[in-house]
Amino acid sequence: MEKFITLKATAIPLDIENVDTDQIIPARFLKATNRDGFGKNVFRDWRFQKDGSVNTNFVLNQPQFDGPILVAGDNFGCGSSREHAAWALTDYGFKVIVSSFFADIFKGNALNNGLLPVQVSPEFLKELMTTIAADPKTKITVDLEAQTIGIDGSNHSESFEIDAYKKTCMINGYDDIDYLLSKKETIEAFEKTLQAY
Amino acid sequence: MGKTLFDKVWDAHVVDTIDNGPQILYIDKHLIHEVTSPQAFNELEQRNIPIFRPDQIVATADHNTPTINQHLPIKDELSRKQLEQLSANCKKNNITLYELGHKYNGIVHVMAPELGITQPGMTIVCGDSHTSTHGAFGTIAFGIGTSQVAQVFASQCLLLTKPKSLRVTVNGKLKNGVLPKDVILYIISKIGTNAGTGYFCEYAGDVFENMSMEGRMTVCNMSIEMGARGGMIAPDETTFEYVKGRKFAPKGEEFDQKVAYWKTLPTDDDAVFDKEYHFDAEDIEPMLTYGTNPGMGIKISEFIPETSDASFEKALDYMNFKKGETLIGKPINFVFIGSCTNSRIEDFRIAANYIKGKRKADNVTAWLVPGSKQVEAQIIEEGLKAIFDDAGFELRQPGCSACLAMNDDKIPQGEYCVSTSNRNFEGRQGQGARTILASPLMAAATAVEGKIIDITKQLN
Repeated sequence: MEKFITLKATAIPLDIENVDTDQIIPARFLKATNRDGFGKNVFRDWRFQKDGSVNTNFVLNQPQFDGPILVAGDNFGCGSSREHAAWALTDYGFKVIVSSFFADIFKGNALNNGLLPVQVSPEFLKELMTTIAADPKTKITVDLEAQTIGIDGSNHSESFEIDAYKKTCMINGYDDIDYLLSKKETIEAFEKTLQAY
Repeated sequence: MGKTLFDKVWDAHVVDTIDNGPQILYIDKHLIHEVTSPQAFNELEQRNIPIFRPDQIVATADHNTPTINQHLPIKDELSRKQLEQLSANCKKNNITLYELGHKYNGIVHVMAPELGITQPGMTIVCGDSHTSTHGAFGTIAFGIGTSQVAQVFASQCLLLTKPKSLRVTVNGKLKNGVLPKDVILYIISKIGTNAGTGYFCEYAGDVFENMSMEGRMTVCNMSIEMGARGGMIAPDETTFEYVKGRKFAPKGEEFDQKVAYWKTLPTDDDAVFDKEYHFDAEDIEPMLTYGTNPGMGIKISEFIPETSDASFEKALDYMNFKKGETLIGKPINFVFIGSCTNSRIEDFRIAANYIKGKRKADNVTAWLVPGSKQVEAQIIEEGLKAIFDDAGFELRQPGCSACLAMNDDKIPQGEYCVSTSNRNFEGRQGQGARTILASPLMAAATAVEGKIIDITKQLN
């Protein structure tokens, strides 16, 4: 897994609530058996019309908006557990998703793929949306070590929560398998106590 | 302080706790399917890690399978390859697989309970968010991502932070025509699609106590649609009776010992939940969704709310509905009875009971997709197929089908589908398709009438 420490970059505002993983990557693209190449179909049915033409109203198709940070509406990533959603977002180039609320499974999937979910207050989210819409060149700084997110050119910033263990994993590029394998003997000992059920 | 049902099962599975971090939770059963497992197999192979406990894994092919002509080779090359890869991975790793055509094949959340793989007090995971279904047995069951599938392959464990506890209590007598699907759609419409995020839910009260196991599975299945990782119902005599005698259920003395243990699992009287909701059964009516998430539901007698915000308006625009209007009388051309929410034998009995002696409206394409080969066999054995055939309904072969439209079972652009599935997201049943979630009874009535009707007027 790629290491993550800090990022200072422009962001794309996706001002839609309840973005479900079926929108992030529709089911018909889940037939692959590896993790690569999902980025070309991220938000497929919002980026393209049914006839294949580009939907110029969708924010990812508006040339003024660019960057590895996606700022999205409340309850991002709800619905299906498909990790393909996290793979599609990272493959497209996103490194951080900002929202006022994340669905559980998506949040875990993102963290397992080096994609940082940053949960901010609804007020700060609104400020981010407005500021980026007004000036798409606005830089956003995400500092994982300090657990802060700030808007450059203003002194507005917020701190965000992340599980201490997951933070260590993100900063060092570790994953859960390494840790679980190191606990194999403890797990085997536990299995012997499992007789009750 | 007393413990909740969830606490008891969780605590019994904690292997270890990391200081200021997650816990290592032991997983009893790991269910896998063709779509979310291949990358996990690849990862283990690349890292040269063996599968730790292959005998605790059961595989089925369901998401991407055709629902007609299952005996023929699959036409779609990518789908075929995905199924071939599942078969090869299972064979290589000695994992039990109920592949397409096997007498136990079916949707993972229908197949495992009916085989007795699902039992009270267990921890069960699957790379599928509707794994919450198995909570109907008093089981901690939840959906996981593919990285976590790989973790369970490697260690039979997951690193997790214990979720908070939530209880939804519904007491009273359900009205005529109100089914378990209506109960859960009602709950989600009241508390919203993210009220359960960060929580594990317990459903309590006499409405759930009086429900069949099939009904309880329908309710627990949709826990994820209110954001909860899982939902549970305390095991009782209904549960024990359902499990008893099933293929992989404990037998004889061992069964009695398990029952004695399972009886200790229900929530203690003095246990405290982090959040509680109470509802009155009498307030529930047959439900329908009008928008693009499962929380956007109304009672059949209600009108679409007059809410003003961008996301709400985007949803109504997609559905081509107007604020303040009723859904009664809307012409419908597609009906789907199936999915891990409503494809068990009880769902088809309810549909057949309504359909018997009637005919499907000419404008409607009505697909009935059983949840498993065993359900399919039972439909034929009980004479329900004859009823469906006479009425012009099409009984197809088992699979996830039009719930997520990953195979060829897609609803055309712009068409409405009254569906017994679990998600009405944009494009879920096909690009541009418009989904209205409902119970099997409402779906059957829609197919017969060719439009949405107030079923309560016929029943009362």
